[in-house]
Amino acid sequence: MTSAMLLSAIIFLPTVGALIIALGFNKRDEEPMRIFALAITVATFILTIFLFKDFRYDVAGIQPVTDGGVGVKIPWIGNWHIFYQLGYDGISLPLVLLTSFICMLAMLASWSITKQVKGYLVLFLILETGMLGVFLALDFFLFYVFWEVMLLPMYFLIGIWGGPRKEYAAIKFFLYTLVGGVLMLIAILMFYFGSPINTFDIIELSRIGQGLVPKAAFSPTVQITAFILLFIGFAIKVPTFPFHTWLPDAHVEAPTPISMILAGILLKMGGYGILRIAFPICPYGAQYAAYALVVIGAGSIIYGAFAAMAQTDFKRLVAYSSVSHMGYVILGIAVWKISEAGGAAVGKDYWLMGMNGAMFQMLAHGISSAGMFFMVGVIYDRVHHRDLNQFGGLMGLMPLYSALAVGIFFAGLGLPGLCGFIGEIFVVLSSWNFSPLVSIIAASGVILTAGYILWAIQRVYLGAEYKGPHREGIVPINGREAAIGFTLLAFAILLGVYPNFMLDVMHSSMSQLVTQLDAGYQHALHAAGSTQALLDR
Amino acid sequence: MNFETLLDALIRDTTGKSLFLFAPELTVCGTIVVLLLCRLINLDRLVRPVTIALVGGLIGLGFAASEYYNLVHGPQTSEKLFTGLLVFDQFTVFFRLFLLTFIIFVTALTAISGIPDYEDGPDFYTLLFGATLGMLLMASANNLLILFLGVEMASVPSYAMVGFLKGRRQSSEASLKFVVYGAGAAGVMLYGISLLAGLLGTANFTEMAVNLDQVVGTAGMKDPVVRTILLGALMVFVGLAFKLSIVPFHFWCPDAFEGAAAEVAGYLSVASKAAAFALLIRFCHILVGAHVEGLAQLNYALGLGLGLVAALTATFGNLAAYSQRNVKRLLAYSTIAHAGYMLMAVAAMMVIANGPKVPNVDVSFNVTRSIEGLLYYLVVYMFMNLGAFAVVALIRNEIYSEDVDDYNGLAQQCPRYCLCMAVCMFSLIGLPPFGGFFAKWSIFAPLLQAGYVNKMMWGVLVIGGVNTVFSLFYYIRVLKAMYIAPRPAGARTAGELGPAGAFAIVLTLPVLLTGIGVTPVLRLTETAAASVFETTPRTQVARLAAEKPVDEPPSKL
Repeated sequence: MTSAMLLSAIIFLPTVGALIIALGFNKRDEEPMRIFALAITVATFILTIFLFKDFRYDVAGIQPVTDGGVGVKIPWIGNWHIFYQLGYDGISLPLVLLTSFICMLAMLASWSITKQVKGYLVLFLILETGMLGVFLALDFFLFYVFWEVMLLPMYFLIGIWGGPRKEYAAIKFFLYTLVGGVLMLIAILMFYFGSPINTFDIIELSRIGQGLVPKAAFSPTVQITAFILLFIGFAIKVPTFPFHTWLPDAHVEAPTPISMILAGILLKMGGYGILRIAFPICPYGAQYAAYALVVIGAGSIIYGAFAAMAQTDFKRLVAYSSVSHMGYVILGIAVWKISEAGGAAVGKDYWLMGMNGAMFQMLAHGISSAGMFFMVGVIYDRVHHRDLNQFGGLMGLMPLYSALAVGIFFAGLGLPGLCGFIGEIFVVLSSWNFSPLVSIIAASGVILTAGYILWAIQRVYLGAEYKGPHREGIVPINGREAAIGFTLLAFAILLGVYPNFMLDVMHSSMSQLVTQLDAGYQHALHAAGSTQALLDR
Repeated sequence: MNFETLLDALIRDTTGKSLFLFAPELTVCGTIVVLLLCRLINLDRLVRPVTIALVGGLIGLGFAASEYYNLVHGPQTSEKLFTGLLVFDQFTVFFRLFLLTFIIFVTALTAISGIPDYEDGPDFYTLLFGATLGMLLMASANNLLILFLGVEMASVPSYAMVGFLKGRRQSSEASLKFVVYGAGAAGVMLYGISLLAGLLGTANFTEMAVNLDQVVGTAGMKDPVVRTILLGALMVFVGLAFKLSIVPFHFWCPDAFEGAAAEVAGYLSVASKAAAFALLIRFCHILVGAHVEGLAQLNYALGLGLGLVAALTATFGNLAAYSQRNVKRLLAYSTIAHAGYMLMAVAAMMVIANGPKVPNVDVSFNVTRSIEGLLYYLVVYMFMNLGAFAVVALIRNEIYSEDVDDYNGLAQQCPRYCLCMAVCMFSLIGLPPFGGFFAKWSIFAPLLQAGYVNKMMWGVLVIGGVNTVFSLFYYIRVLKAMYIAPRPAGARTAGELGPAGAFAIVLTLPVLLTGIGVTPVLRLTETAAASVFETTPRTQVARLAAEKPVDEPPSKL
């Protein structure tokens, strides 16, 4: 199978599956349909593992490296120079794997959905196509198309299968993301018309942004404007502090498997967009805003942690913990300190460490938050409430479940040896170079995290006896649920004990990115400086 | 030149050239005659009127397609038909294809939804084809007379069609409102036409453009002649704005659409808008005059004004749609908003063509792109808007209601209708992967370029973007009712008819296809847009000037 076919197959296999389910299955054959959909997600996961076959750890740029060039590039809309362009590198490959992995587990968790199963499965699979497309697209137009394609199924998945306030949550999610999308669209148009050959190629645009293409660099004004537009668009998705208000509603109202996908994958798209698009194309704008980003990142960590601590709804607590954890991602990306004189990065290795930490944090959070939402879902299915003050004593009633849950919550907490630790420690250490104060704030976030997670564990799992309603519904978890829990916990441990498993994949791409951004910023600075000097004269 | 040679030339022009190139319109006329004759001799008992209409439409479309084929594979010429009354170029052919395809879909829809019953069939299809004939003339008008005739030929049958549901008071009321408004607008437009024709001494578009330069010349806005010409042009714009339902000439639209049957509303919302945009583009090009610098200042201001009106229209339409309970009324406001988006393309065209020259903004390329974007939008709009109205009509046949609240929980009972509605509405919002996204994209892109000429256009672009977000609310409200709300107990059980569901899907599939396989439609719109730009007096003069640097008055075009 050629790489073009493999990449297309990864993206469109779920859609094909959705079509088969829509046309080929009777509405009443729920069980076969579920198994078929699960098979599709498993097949997609296996296909994404095949990406490793051609993956070269030493190559920093876009892969697969073929004889004809890099990645897959087929004309789509010729007049507009829009291409069907796909590829992956050390930044996107881990996220692609995460996507297909979490989708598989979320599909397995979808047995709890009993209403309109056919529609659910179709939308779920279309959603998976959209997500995989976002991580694999290298044409900005195509990226945007996939980005928006996710919106429609997500709206219905929250709106139809969600909790009591589903309509409100669904429209809020839709609205926030659409606003972000429109801002991104304006930035796309700016880049398109600003580039000499009117291109949407993200790699080419990055080269222009970094001043590597002669006589065609985006001016500092364009870079700053575009960066702000893009950052807001992506920050809504991440979500960081001022743009996060859709998240608690959407996560709480969504059904369990969709919460897993929201927290496990959708939030990563924001971080990925910043790493793949906003920073590389606008290095000047990124550095211009670096300080603000650090403040936003650190603010999100603290704000999210305090907000989580104040919740009485178990799922809302987990939702706010996502805001807090994703703050580390923004912080890790943004710890870009420059020398006042020349504009060169100071302590570039620390910044690289922060970048790696941010990237690793995305993966770790993808595992741990999906796991936490799943664990909340399991208990919600049994007792039909999520009030933290009406739990207790589950350890005695559901020992296996409680053990798995506690393990996954510890991974979210960042206990050494589990996945959450690596990302957080990298980011906290690297931020010392930027500013010790920020480092101290970020580190105190770790304490707050420990606070709310331990407190939650105490209220839910420990204690003498269960205090809430539906005592009779509490039964031990079944094999399917246990399998999901075990898998997630196993990966949380694997990433915690052997982080190089993923760090190796991302290393060369990340270090190249840092070098390029550093050079790109200096280039833009000097170009701007010489213009300024001309004006001064 | 004596009378005989003149007559000879006329006959040669008519029979040798014009009638052949006029074949699609003639087919439409023939269909009308056949429809009426069949009724006269009671043949309509044997052949259903809708069959005759469908066959007529298909033959017309066949002629138009062969014209398209000839133009693509032969010399790309622009011909003047009937001694310059009509113009025949790619642009004309594009609109012939567009309108005839559309009328076939509308006829098929009426056959399925059964809105004209057997008795009324010939009347209804006569009106439908008559209106389409007027629109076809609008799209190829090259003379003020044809402009007026076309608009009126399109309007008068529309009035009757709106009031076609004779028993309903609401229908009659809607029809009356429409007539009164239409008559007013027609009067204003006619007055404007007489002013223009009187001052310029001709009604032919090409000659008008030439004379405009000579009459206006170097005279500024203080000159009464210039002011009168401007007044005349504005009055013609009023007439077109009425057809386009542009704010503040939109008041008829919601009432007429609410009163009319959904099929008629769907027809009017697409066809008359498309034809009016074709006419607007042609009219704008004569105002530009024949000389490159002649009337730039005036037209630049006009372009900015259009941009402002477009932004207002889009905003008003979207905000007013928000509080509607009746789906047809909601869609009526949505069509107003979409007219606003499309007008943005015309505004961008005028600003780029007439504004100060800016480096990096190539005029001919961007003007073509603007028209191309508009045409692409129209193609997608045809399917998504007719699709939405078709679903309204089909659901009306099931639940006898057009209220949003009565749509609650329909997705369980009519999954296909609701799916089609969802696709059409997401496309109307402008979300990928549906055609509406690329359509909006191809209008916003030239708008951004126009912003380099005048910053106000960036404001228009931002308003367009914000409107996209506004529009989400009311479209999603319909979908929320269908998909999320439960079906109330005791509500009428709705079902789906097999052919109707299939038809809805056939109508909706292009909405998806135009979003994924953009290139084929783009090729069509691109050649049409290029031809209208190529054949403007101004471009031709500019080309002549480039070939021959001698400055001679452009009298023979």
